[in-house]
Amino acid sequence: MRSRRDDRRDNDANAAAGNGLLDRRVFLKGGAAAAGAFMAFAGSESAAAPPEIPPGMTMAGAPLSPYGSPAGFEREVTRTLIRSQPGTTGAGASRTPLEVLEGIITPSGLHFERHHNGVPTIDPAQHQLLIHGMVARPLIFTMATLARYPMESRIHFLECSGNSQLMYQPTPPTLTCGQTHGLVSCSEWTGVSLRLLLQEAGADPRADWILAEGADGAAMSRSVPMAKAKDDALLALYQNGERLRPENGYPVRLFLPGYEGNMSVKWLRRIKVTDTPTMTKDETSKYTDLQADGKSLMFTYPMEVKSIVTRPAPGLKMTGPGLYEVSGIAWSGRGKIRKVEVSADGGQTWGEAALSAPVLAYALTRFRIPWKWNGAPAVLKSRATDEAGRVQPTRDELIAQHGANVLYHYHAIQAWRVESSGEVKNVYA
Amino acid sequence: MFTRRAFGLAGFVLSVAGCAGSTTRETPNLGRPATQAEIAGWDISIAPDGRGLPPGSGTPSQGALVYTQKCQACHGEKGVGGPNDRLVGGQGTLASKTPVRTIGSYWPYSTTVFDYVRRAMPFAQPHSLSDSEVYAVTAYLLSLNGIIGEQDVMNAETLPKVKMPNRDNFILIHPWKPKTP
Repeated sequence: MRSRRDDRRDNDANAAAGNGLLDRRVFLKGGAAAAGAFMAFAGSESAAAPPEIPPGMTMAGAPLSPYGSPAGFEREVTRTLIRSQPGTTGAGASRTPLEVLEGIITPSGLHFERHHNGVPTIDPAQHQLLIHGMVARPLIFTMATLARYPMESRIHFLECSGNSQLMYQPTPPTLTCGQTHGLVSCSEWTGVSLRLLLQEAGADPRADWILAEGADGAAMSRSVPMAKAKDDALLALYQNGERLRPENGYPVRLFLPGYEGNMSVKWLRRIKVTDTPTMTKDETSKYTDLQADGKSLMFTYPMEVKSIVTRPAPGLKMTGPGLYEVSGIAWSGRGKIRKVEVSADGGQTWGEAALSAPVLAYALTRFRIPWKWNGAPAVLKSRATDEAGRVQPTRDELIAQHGANVLYHYHAIQAWRVESSGEVKNVYA
Repeated sequence: MFTRRAFGLAGFVLSVAGCAGSTTRETPNLGRPATQAEIAGWDISIAPDGRGLPPGSGTPSQGALVYTQKCQACHGEKGVGGPNDRLVGGQGTLASKTPVRTIGSYWPYSTTVFDYVRRAMPFAQPHSLSDSEVYAVTAYLLSLNGIIGEQDVMNAETLPKVKMPNRDNFILIHPWKPKTP
């Protein structure tokens, strides 16, 4: 096997690892030539030069508008792989198209959805939140009163426990990056500290749990440890600066940073302070992790350290050899991302990617590294390490430890094979 | 019962003051006190020891009638073969390459069946069954899975005593020590 030093000598003085990965500072140093482009959709670019005075400069533009929407040319950027249970339209999931987004904030309209019985229509003037159970003072809050409380804003990812579930299958899914891994999104969430309301209600110190319940047709319900409820749980009212979207829990949702998504109960109507977990359907029959020996792990709350190269990735096509920026997202339910390494030779050698600020706890972190693609088939991988020192496992390691029947909490290193045609495929490598 | 002063703000302020210095903590206190009658109307969750179970009762044969009308189209005859989740069978498959997770093979608590059917089923008309109908459907599903007898009556007393076959095969990652049998 070739050493990393040999690769550097052979390829480029700026090499970070084998097969063309360059030092993450190359672009900053200004030493890079024009970077290659990715094509998301069937080529529609004109080869001809534009006219010197384009049409938009010869007329008045479109009028002002009360609420903006994406450019018409971006209409193909939508949620993807929208699937619901047989005979239903709202009991399933839609996914974020990760490969066509950049930065760390997911547009609210592209935030993934996972509903258990559709999206309820809730009039905020009618909606109320009850806090009761083992409390000195059971209390009812209107949305107007909640809005008078001091608020906190935090940028956090939300990941469905079942994200990347198809990767447990024996053959890799032939889907886009977002279709496979797009049950993760990241927003700025603003709301009221649950701790504050539990204090006002006078939660019994002997109560170790709460039950959170939604006002949807599934009355989605999950038990949450009181330690988490009093630590950083938020009653979110705003997402990316505006009131929550209906599909994200309007008018109020629970938000539990780092925890599996379904625990952040949407359309929150009730919090019951309890001495035991309630053992609801979605913490017993679902969202428990069946191991190879037939036992199941229960209450596996934090989403583990994970990263995905989103560019290049399935759904995008490379447009010929040359210099590219490899870009991706990393996150951990146990805090901040400390490091992301990238390999362009299937994991033989690794180079450290640049982490784009801000690097926040329980948030997506954007990583980037330059790559000079020589046009030959190559396997790209990324491997994240979080501040707790946890490192993403390989798929083989994950399945050796937990089996392939788990369904949930898949977080292994992802391999993308770049073909010489520029196509990008999901491979187990 | 707790008095107003026994828990809550007084105790909390003391504990916070220790680390937050002398700042007096004020909170908006905008919640309206909830009455017991209001709480009773909202509180639909059932604890695994049965707390919260309402009056009423049902048998497997009564549940079969409800099931045929309200559940079978999605979940299949006798809980198998429908387009949606299979509810019956699968015992002995969990360690295989094709595990079948059903109420009988997987669910650890009988109270969850009542809680879930009452809060979320039937899918298109949740909260349309009476409590006795929910007990009856629960009894029918437990009976189909061979967990209770065909004549057994399910109610607030009997249901929590039903031990599910897979109960002891869950490893709790977040600590919780059950205080009930």
